[in-house]
Amino acid sequence: MNSILLSVDWALVLEKTLFIAFIISISLVIAMYTTYGERKIAAWIQDRHGPNRAGPFGLLQPLADGLKLFFKEEIIPNSSNKFLFILGPSLAMITAMLTGAVIPWGDKIEIFGRSISLQIADVNIGILYVFGVVSLGVYGIMIGAWASNNKFSLMGGLRAASQIISYELAMGIALIALLMTSGTLSLGEMVRQQQTGGWNFFIQPLGFLIFLICAFAECNRTPFDLAEAENELIGGYHAEYSSMKLGFYLFAEYINMFISSAVMASLYFGGYDIIPFYDESAWGLSVNTMAVLGALALFVKILLLIFVFMWVRWTIPRFRYDQLMNLGWKGLIPLALFNMLITAAFILFLRK
Amino acid sequence: MNITEILFWFLSALALTGALMMVTGKNPVYSVLWLIVVFFAISGHYILLNAQFLAIVNLIVYAGAIMVLFLFVIMLMNLNADNEPQKNKWLKFAGLIAGGSLLLILVGALRQSDALRTQALQTGGEIGLIHHLGKVLFTDYVLPFELTSILFLSAIVGAVVIGKKGD
Repeated sequence: MNSILLSVDWALVLEKTLFIAFIISISLVIAMYTTYGERKIAAWIQDRHGPNRAGPFGLLQPLADGLKLFFKEEIIPNSSNKFLFILGPSLAMITAMLTGAVIPWGDKIEIFGRSISLQIADVNIGILYVFGVVSLGVYGIMIGAWASNNKFSLMGGLRAASQIISYELAMGIALIALLMTSGTLSLGEMVRQQQTGGWNFFIQPLGFLIFLICAFAECNRTPFDLAEAENELIGGYHAEYSSMKLGFYLFAEYINMFISSAVMASLYFGGYDIIPFYDESAWGLSVNTMAVLGALALFVKILLLIFVFMWVRWTIPRFRYDQLMNLGWKGLIPLALFNMLITAAFILFLRK
Repeated sequence: MNITEILFWFLSALALTGALMMVTGKNPVYSVLWLIVVFFAISGHYILLNAQFLAIVNLIVYAGAIMVLFLFVIMLMNLNADNEPQKNKWLKFAGLIAGGSLLLILVGALRQSDALRTQALQTGGEIGLIHHLGKVLFTDYVLPFELTSILFLSAIVGAVVIGKKGD
């Protein structure tokens, strides 16, 4: 038994544990303040004031909302499946948090002579891992919807599942084009390639557009929020949920938004790269300063992408179900295939 | 015992428990969820074998897509323990024979596992990583690979034909 404990690199375990805790708290805080930002931006777009009562500029509003959700009565319907009813929101939360593991949040930093990578796990199949977790995200919604034993909930869950599966295809094909140009599946390696040269967005603008639309659909955001269309489905898959379990579902959506913005920033906008087409190492700053500046640049990109999410939500009305399926299967998939063929042709002609 | 062995036994126990619970469970929704647990355990085994690509594709395809469709159908049909159709005994008999044949093949395959193990070691245990896998698929196994893609294509065409029947 002793030999097992000795063979573990405890410093590495400690470092990773602290970093994971840090990333999880950052995602939670950002998700919390995204709800505030969402309401402020909605108000700005609709020419209103938005939340401004709790604290200065309403800054304490997310805390007040969280407190309200915690103190509300917890109702579990009699005819529901109790275990699955609780499992649903838990799964939604867990799968939302899992993706953060492979995103490179910054370059290396050096503390006490140790070089620490600001990425939890640089696995060689990083982007496929993101894909796997995204495809598992549907279970939280489906299980919760079915366990509610309510036909409107079930309808919402089935809509969510079919939508996520349909848009995953176009997303995957759009990604294949990106993988062909970068030649790697590791997110860390992809970001490193974009450090000195241009960002992938300049090579794959169409691919990014398809990826962005699919990300809206995967996060169940308007215009693709048919799963919770309140005027047809009285709230959709979370109709029977109350208190913090409802809060977890709503919260998972905001975390998903944050994480998918982080994925898009890493894939298409150079991750922690500060200026495109420019090698920042020419500034001659120390490793730690560069890492902090890079992480800040990444968070600015993420916040801008989150703003795009909100902008679209408060601008475009919800699709009808047949329009959604038409767009996914007859619009985006052929477009993504076309993008893939064009990219392949370019690579063939340029490299020979 | 080192950590790899502990993980191996844990994952094996998880896979076997999941499989048993899936077969014996009365509620079809629980069966599907246990099957997903089995897929996770098997993916864990793939990772132990350093076959990361296989592990994650197993999760994306089986747990992420096929099981969602299973769950979809079961939820729409609203199967419960009460109204689950009873299978007749001939069907059970046929299932026994089919399962027995599969077991026979698996045992036959395991008997030559010593030879296979040395083969995998020759490439430094990195055969499961995506670079090697791609190279092998497009050099040594091109014909089976292309035949499989034709099989998939015919399955897609078949699905479209069945889907179009109503119009």
